[in-house]
Amino acid sequence: MVRREATGAHYGLSDWLMQRITAVVIAAYLVLLLGVLLFTPGMDLAIWKALFSEQIFKLATFVALVSVFLHAWVGMRDIIMDYIRSTALRLALEAAVIVALLFYSGWAIQILWGQR
Amino acid sequence: MKFRIYRYDPDRDAAPRMQDYDVALEPTDKMLLDALMRVKQVDDSVSFRRSCREGVCGSDAMNINGRNGLACITNLKDIKEPVELRPLPGLPVVRDLIVDMSHFFKQYHSIKPYLVDEATPPEKERLQSPADREELDGLYECILCACCSTACPSFWWNPDKFVGPAGLLAAYRFIADSRDQALNERLDNLEDPYRLFRCHTIMNCVDVCPKGLNPSKAIGKIKEIMVRRTV
Repeated sequence: MVRREATGAHYGLSDWLMQRITAVVIAAYLVLLLGVLLFTPGMDLAIWKALFSEQIFKLATFVALVSVFLHAWVGMRDIIMDYIRSTALRLALEAAVIVALLFYSGWAIQILWGQR
Repeated sequence: MKFRIYRYDPDRDAAPRMQDYDVALEPTDKMLLDALMRVKQVDDSVSFRRSCREGVCGSDAMNINGRNGLACITNLKDIKEPVELRPLPGLPVVRDLIVDMSHFFKQYHSIKPYLVDEATPPEKERLQSPADREELDGLYECILCACCSTACPSFWWNPDKFVGPAGLLAAYRFIADSRDQALNERLDNLEDPYRLFRCHTIMNCVDVCPKGLNPSKAIGKIKEIMVRRTV
Protein backbone atom coordinates (compact mmCIF):
# COMPACT_ATOMS: atom_id res chain seq x y z
CA MET A 1 0.00 0.00 0.00
CA VAL A 2 1.21 3.49 -0.80
CA ARG A 3 1.73 5.38 2.42
CA ARG A 4 -0.06 8.71 2.17
CA GLU A 5 0.21 11.27 4.92
CA ALA A 6 -3.21 12.38 6.12
CA THR A 7 -3.91 15.39 8.31
CA GLY A 8 -7.15 16.90 9.56
CA ALA A 9 -7.74 15.21 12.92
CA HIS A 10 -9.72 18.30 13.98
CA TYR A 11 -8.50 18.51 17.53
CA GLY A 12 -5.74 20.40 19.21
CA LEU A 13 -7.35 23.64 20.26
CA SER A 14 -8.75 22.26 23.53
CA ASP A 15 -5.41 20.68 24.43
CA TRP A 16 -3.58 23.89 23.67
CA LEU A 17 -6.07 25.85 25.80
CA MET A 18 -5.89 23.28 28.58
CA GLN A 19 -2.10 23.55 28.71
CA ARG A 20 -2.37 27.31 29.14
CA ILE A 21 -5.14 27.22 31.74
CA THR A 22 -3.47 24.51 33.81
CA ALA A 23 -0.24 26.55 33.69
CA VAL A 24 -2.11 29.42 35.37
CA VAL A 25 -3.52 27.06 38.03
CA ILE A 26 -0.07 25.61 38.75
CA ALA A 27 1.45 29.10 38.97
CA ALA A 28 -1.32 30.25 41.35
CA TYR A 29 -0.80 27.20 43.58
CA LEU A 30 2.96 27.76 43.66
CA VAL A 31 2.42 31.37 44.71
CA LEU A 32 0.03 30.17 47.43
CA LEU A 33 2.49 27.55 48.67
CA LEU A 34 5.39 30.02 48.58
CA GLY A 35 3.25 32.52 50.50
CA VAL A 36 2.46 29.92 53.16
CA LEU A 37 6.12 28.93 53.48
CA LEU A 38 7.36 32.54 53.65
CA PHE A 39 4.72 33.97 55.94
CA THR A 40 4.38 31.15 58.48
CA PRO A 41 6.88 31.84 61.24
CA GLY A 42 8.48 28.76 62.80
CA MET A 43 7.18 26.34 60.17
CA ASP A 44 7.55 22.79 61.46
CA LEU A 45 6.00 19.37 60.90
CA ALA A 46 3.07 20.08 63.25
CA ILE A 47 2.06 23.25 61.37
CA TRP A 48 2.61 21.48 58.03
CA LYS A 49 0.34 18.59 59.15
CA ALA A 50 -2.28 20.99 60.45
CA LEU A 51 -2.20 22.80 57.11
CA PHE A 52 -2.79 19.58 55.21
CA SER A 53 -5.60 18.53 57.53
CA GLU A 54 -7.67 21.43 56.14
CA GLN A 55 -10.04 20.09 53.45
CA ILE A 56 -9.71 23.29 51.41
CA PHE A 57 -5.93 22.99 51.32
CA LYS A 58 -6.15 19.32 50.35
CA LEU A 59 -8.56 20.21 47.54
CA ALA A 60 -6.37 23.07 46.32
CA THR A 61 -3.37 20.73 46.31
CA PHE A 62 -5.35 18.09 44.43
CA VAL A 63 -6.53 20.60 41.81
CA ALA A 64 -2.93 21.77 41.35
CA LEU A 65 -1.67 18.19 41.00
CA VAL A 66 -4.37 17.28 38.47
CA SER A 67 -3.39 20.44 36.57
CA VAL A 68 0.22 19.23 36.54
CA PHE A 69 -0.91 15.85 35.17
CA LEU A 70 -3.08 17.39 32.43
CA HIS A 71 -0.30 19.84 31.57
CA ALA A 72 2.17 16.95 31.46
CA TRP A 73 -0.14 14.97 29.19
CA VAL A 74 -0.20 17.68 26.52
CA GLY A 75 3.55 18.23 26.82
CA MET A 76 4.44 14.53 26.74
CA ARG A 77 2.16 13.93 23.76
CA ASP A 78 3.81 16.83 21.93
CA ILE A 79 7.25 15.33 22.54
CA ILE A 80 6.09 11.88 21.43
CA MET A 81 4.45 13.31 18.29
CA ASP A 82 7.61 15.22 17.41
CA TYR A 83 10.18 12.49 17.95
CA ILE A 84 8.54 9.05 17.68
CA ARG A 85 8.00 8.00 14.06
CA SER A 86 6.40 4.57 14.42
CA THR A 87 2.63 4.74 14.94
CA ALA A 88 2.60 1.55 17.05
CA LEU A 89 5.39 2.77 19.35
CA ARG A 90 3.79 6.21 19.54
CA LEU A 91 0.42 4.78 20.55
CA ALA A 92 2.07 2.50 23.11
CA LEU A 93 4.02 5.39 24.65
CA GLU A 94 0.98 7.68 24.72
CA ALA A 95 -1.05 4.93 26.43
CA ALA A 96 1.80 4.41 28.92
CA VAL A 97 1.80 8.13 29.74
CA ILE A 98 -1.98 8.10 30.30
CA VAL A 99 -1.77 5.04 32.56
CA ALA A 100 1.10 6.58 34.54
CA LEU A 101 -0.79 9.87 34.99
CA LEU A 102 -3.94 8.02 36.12
CA PHE A 103 -1.76 6.08 38.55
CA TYR A 104 -0.31 9.34 39.89
CA SER A 105 -3.82 10.80 40.28
CA GLY A 106 -4.89 7.83 42.42
CA TRP A 107 -1.66 8.08 44.36
CA ALA A 108 -2.27 11.78 44.99
CA ILE A 109 -5.73 10.98 46.43
CA GLN A 110 -4.19 8.31 48.64
CA ILE A 111 -1.53 10.69 49.95
CA LEU A 112 -3.95 13.56 50.56
CA TRP A 113 -6.95 11.71 51.99
CA GLY A 114 -5.55 8.31 53.00
CA GLN A 115 -5.20 7.06 56.58
CA ARG A 116 -1.88 7.75 58.20
CA MET B 1 37.68 37.19 2.32
CA LYS B 2 37.53 33.62 3.60
CA PHE B 3 34.57 31.30 3.02
CA ARG B 4 33.69 27.74 3.95
CA ILE B 5 31.01 26.56 1.59
CA TYR B 6 28.92 23.39 1.74
CA ARG B 7 29.49 21.36 -1.41
CA TYR B 8 27.33 18.45 -2.43
CA ASP B 9 26.32 17.00 -5.77
CA PRO B 10 24.11 13.97 -5.03
CA ASP B 11 24.91 12.49 -8.46
CA ARG B 12 28.67 12.46 -7.91
CA ASP B 13 29.52 12.85 -4.22
CA ALA B 14 29.13 10.13 -1.63
CA ALA B 15 28.78 12.70 1.15
CA PRO B 16 28.66 16.48 1.52
CA ARG B 17 31.93 18.30 2.30
CA MET B 18 32.96 21.84 3.26
CA GLN B 19 35.25 23.63 0.80
CA ASP B 20 37.42 26.64 1.69
CA TYR B 21 37.69 29.67 -0.55
CA ASP B 22 39.69 32.86 -0.20
CA VAL B 23 38.62 35.52 -2.69
CA ALA B 24 39.73 39.10 -3.25
CA LEU B 25 36.85 41.56 -3.04
CA GLU B 26 36.37 44.81 -4.91
CA PRO B 27 35.42 48.00 -3.03
CA THR B 28 31.96 47.80 -4.62
CA ASP B 29 31.28 44.39 -3.04
CA LYS B 30 29.03 45.30 -0.12
CA MET B 31 26.74 42.33 0.38
CA LEU B 32 27.34 38.62 0.83
CA LEU B 33 25.84 37.91 -2.59
CA ASP B 34 28.49 40.16 -4.22
CA ALA B 35 31.18 38.08 -2.52
CA LEU B 36 29.49 34.85 -3.58
CA MET B 37 29.61 36.06 -7.19
CA ARG B 38 33.40 36.49 -6.73
CA VAL B 39 33.57 32.90 -5.47
CA LYS B 40 31.65 31.84 -8.55
CA GLN B 41 34.31 33.56 -10.71
CA VAL B 42 36.99 31.45 -9.02
CA ASP B 43 35.01 28.19 -9.08
CA ASP B 44 32.01 28.18 -11.37
CA SER B 45 30.79 24.84 -10.04
CA VAL B 46 29.57 26.47 -6.79
CA SER B 47 25.79 26.51 -7.11
CA PHE B 48 23.28 28.83 -5.49
CA ARG B 49 20.06 30.57 -6.45
CA ARG B 50 19.79 34.31 -6.84
CA SER B 51 17.68 36.67 -8.86
CA CYS B 52 16.70 40.18 -7.80
CA ARG B 53 19.80 40.77 -5.59
CA GLU B 54 17.87 43.20 -3.38
CA GLY B 55 15.83 41.15 -0.90
CA VAL B 56 12.59 41.01 -2.87
CA CYS B 57 12.58 37.66 -4.66
CA GLY B 58 13.74 35.47 -1.77
CA SER B 59 15.87 33.20 -3.97
CA ASP B 60 19.21 33.40 -2.18
CA ALA B 61 18.11 32.27 1.26
CA MET B 62 20.86 30.23 2.90
CA ASN B 63 22.35 29.38 6.26
CA ILE B 64 24.98 32.04 6.96
CA ASN B 65 27.27 31.28 9.92
CA GLY B 66 24.53 29.13 11.42
CA ARG B 67 21.69 31.55 10.84
CA ASN B 68 19.21 31.65 7.97
CA GLY B 69 19.18 34.82 5.90
CA LEU B 70 19.28 36.32 2.43
CA ALA B 71 22.79 36.66 1.01
CA CYS B 72 21.82 39.77 -0.98
CA ILE B 73 20.87 41.85 2.07
CA THR B 74 23.48 40.49 4.47
CA ASN B 75 26.16 43.14 4.84
CA LEU B 76 29.71 41.77 4.62
CA LYS B 77 30.69 44.04 7.51
CA ASP B 78 28.31 42.20 9.84
CA ILE B 79 29.58 38.65 9.34
CA LYS B 80 32.53 36.86 10.88
CA GLU B 81 35.24 35.16 8.82
CA PRO B 82 35.50 32.46 7.65
CA VAL B 83 31.92 32.82 6.49
CA GLU B 84 30.34 29.39 6.73
CA LEU B 85 27.60 28.93 4.13
CA ARG B 86 25.25 25.98 4.17
CA PRO B 87 21.95 25.25 2.43
CA LEU B 88 18.74 25.96 4.34
CA PRO B 89 18.48 23.23 6.98
CA GLY B 90 15.85 20.52 6.89
CA LEU B 91 15.17 20.43 3.15
CA PRO B 92 16.68 17.96 0.65
CA VAL B 93 19.77 19.35 -1.09
CA VAL B 94 19.59 19.53 -4.88
CA ARG B 95 23.15 20.79 -5.18
CA ASP B 96 25.46 22.86 -2.94
CA LEU B 97 23.34 25.73 -1.56
CA ILE B 98 20.26 24.86 -3.61
CA VAL B 99 17.50 23.02 -1.76
CA ASP B 100 14.35 21.27 -2.95
CA MET B 101 11.52 23.51 -1.70
CA SER B 102 8.66 21.16 -2.71
CA HIS B 103 7.52 20.49 0.87
CA PHE B 104 7.64 24.19 1.64
CA PHE B 105 5.49 25.17 -1.34
CA LYS B 106 3.14 22.21 -0.85
CA GLN B 107 2.38 23.53 2.62
CA TYR B 108 1.95 27.04 1.25
CA HIS B 109 -0.53 25.81 -1.37
CA SER B 110 -2.42 23.77 1.22
CA ILE B 111 -3.69 26.91 2.94
CA LYS B 112 -5.27 28.21 -0.30
CA PRO B 113 -3.21 31.39 -0.67
CA TYR B 114 -5.83 33.32 -2.60
CA LEU B 115 -9.05 35.19 -1.82
CA VAL B 116 -12.13 32.99 -1.85
CA ASP B 117 -15.38 34.75 -2.75
CA GLU B 118 -18.04 32.80 -4.63
CA ALA B 119 -20.34 35.83 -5.02
CA THR B 120 -20.67 37.53 -8.41
CA PRO B 121 -17.81 39.98 -8.72
CA PRO B 122 -18.83 43.64 -8.48
CA GLU B 123 -18.41 45.82 -11.56
CA LYS B 124 -15.47 47.61 -10.01
CA GLU B 125 -12.98 46.27 -7.48
CA ARG B 126 -13.93 44.82 -4.08
CA LEU B 127 -13.46 47.75 -1.77
CA GLN B 128 -11.78 47.64 1.60
CA SER B 129 -11.71 50.31 4.29
CA PRO B 130 -8.28 51.70 5.22
CA ALA B 131 -8.69 50.07 8.66
CA ASP B 132 -9.39 46.65 7.09
CA ARG B 133 -6.44 47.10 4.78
CA GLU B 134 -4.21 47.91 7.75
CA GLU B 135 -4.94 44.43 9.16
CA LEU B 136 -2.82 42.99 6.35
CA ASP B 137 0.31 44.96 7.22
CA GLY B 138 3.06 42.66 8.44
CA LEU B 139 1.41 39.73 6.63
CA TYR B 140 1.41 40.45 2.90
CA GLU B 141 5.13 41.37 2.77
CA CYS B 142 6.28 37.73 2.97
CA ILE B 143 8.51 36.80 0.02
CA LEU B 144 8.45 33.02 0.63
CA CYS B 145 12.22 32.74 1.01
CA ALA B 146 11.72 29.86 3.50
CA CYS B 147 14.22 31.27 6.03
CA CYS B 148 11.58 30.95 8.78
CA SER B 149 10.17 27.50 8.06
CA THR B 150 13.64 25.97 7.68
CA ALA B 151 14.70 27.51 11.02
CA CYS B 152 11.72 25.90 12.77
CA PRO B 153 12.37 22.60 14.62
CA SER B 154 8.70 21.68 14.32
CA PHE B 155 9.02 22.01 10.53
CA TRP B 156 12.22 19.93 10.55
CA TRP B 157 10.43 17.06 12.32
CA ASN B 158 7.18 17.21 10.32
CA PRO B 159 7.64 19.08 7.01
CA ASP B 160 4.95 16.89 5.43
CA LYS B 161 2.30 17.65 8.07
CA PHE B 162 3.12 20.94 9.81
CA VAL B 163 2.21 23.98 7.69
CA GLY B 164 5.20 25.90 9.07
CA PRO B 165 5.58 29.58 9.94
CA ALA B 166 5.56 30.89 6.34
CA GLY B 167 2.42 28.93 5.46
CA LEU B 168 0.66 29.94 8.67
CA LEU B 169 1.57 33.60 8.20
CA ALA B 170 0.04 33.38 4.71
CA ALA B 171 -2.98 31.55 6.15
CA TYR B 172 -3.57 34.39 8.58
CA ARG B 173 -3.05 36.93 5.80
CA PHE B 174 -6.25 35.52 4.17
CA ILE B 175 -8.07 34.91 7.47
CA ALA B 176 -7.51 38.58 8.31
CA ASP B 177 -8.68 39.81 4.90
CA SER B 178 -12.12 41.44 5.09
CA ARG B 179 -12.80 40.46 1.45
CA ASP B 180 -12.30 36.74 2.01
CA GLN B 181 -15.47 34.64 2.46
CA ALA B 182 -13.96 31.33 3.55
CA LEU B 183 -12.99 32.04 7.16
CA ASN B 184 -14.56 28.90 8.63
CA GLU B 185 -13.18 26.60 5.94
CA ARG B 186 -9.75 28.10 6.54
CA LEU B 187 -10.00 27.48 10.30
CA ASP B 188 -11.29 23.91 9.72
CA ASN B 189 -8.34 23.33 7.42
CA LEU B 190 -5.90 24.37 10.14
CA GLU B 191 -7.52 22.90 13.25
CA ASP B 192 -5.28 19.90 13.51
CA PRO B 193 -2.63 18.75 15.99
CA TYR B 194 -0.05 18.72 13.18
CA ARG B 195 -1.00 21.46 10.76
CA LEU B 196 -1.23 24.28 13.32
CA PHE B 197 -0.55 22.97 16.80
CA ARG B 198 2.99 21.70 16.12
CA CYS B 199 3.94 25.34 16.69
CA HIS B 200 5.34 25.54 20.22
CA THR B 201 6.15 29.25 19.94
CA ILE B 202 9.89 28.62 19.66
CA MET B 203 10.06 31.88 17.66
CA ASN B 204 13.09 31.00 15.52
CA CYS B 205 10.91 32.22 12.64
CA VAL B 206 10.64 35.72 14.11
CA ASP B 207 14.36 35.72 14.84
CA VAL B 208 15.46 34.99 11.27
CA CYS B 209 12.81 36.65 9.05
CA PRO B 210 14.77 38.93 6.69
CA LYS B 211 11.65 41.07 6.21
CA GLY B 212 11.13 41.55 9.96
CA LEU B 213 7.77 39.76 9.97
CA ASN B 214 6.29 37.93 12.95
CA PRO B 215 4.77 34.52 12.10
CA SER B 216 4.44 33.65 15.82
CA LYS B 217 2.10 36.58 16.32
CA ALA B 218 0.02 35.56 13.28
CA ILE B 219 -0.18 31.99 14.60
CA GLY B 220 -1.31 33.37 17.97
CA LYS B 221 -4.06 35.31 16.22
CA ILE B 222 -5.25 32.19 14.37
CA LYS B 223 -5.49 30.40 17.73
CA GLU B 224 -7.31 33.39 19.21
CA ILE B 225 -9.95 33.28 16.46
CA MET B 226 -10.32 29.53 16.98
CA VAL B 227 -10.85 30.08 20.70
CA ARG B 228 -13.49 32.70 19.94
CA ARG B 229 -15.42 30.36 17.65
CA THR B 230 -15.18 27.44 20.10
CA VAL B 231 -15.59 28.89 23.59
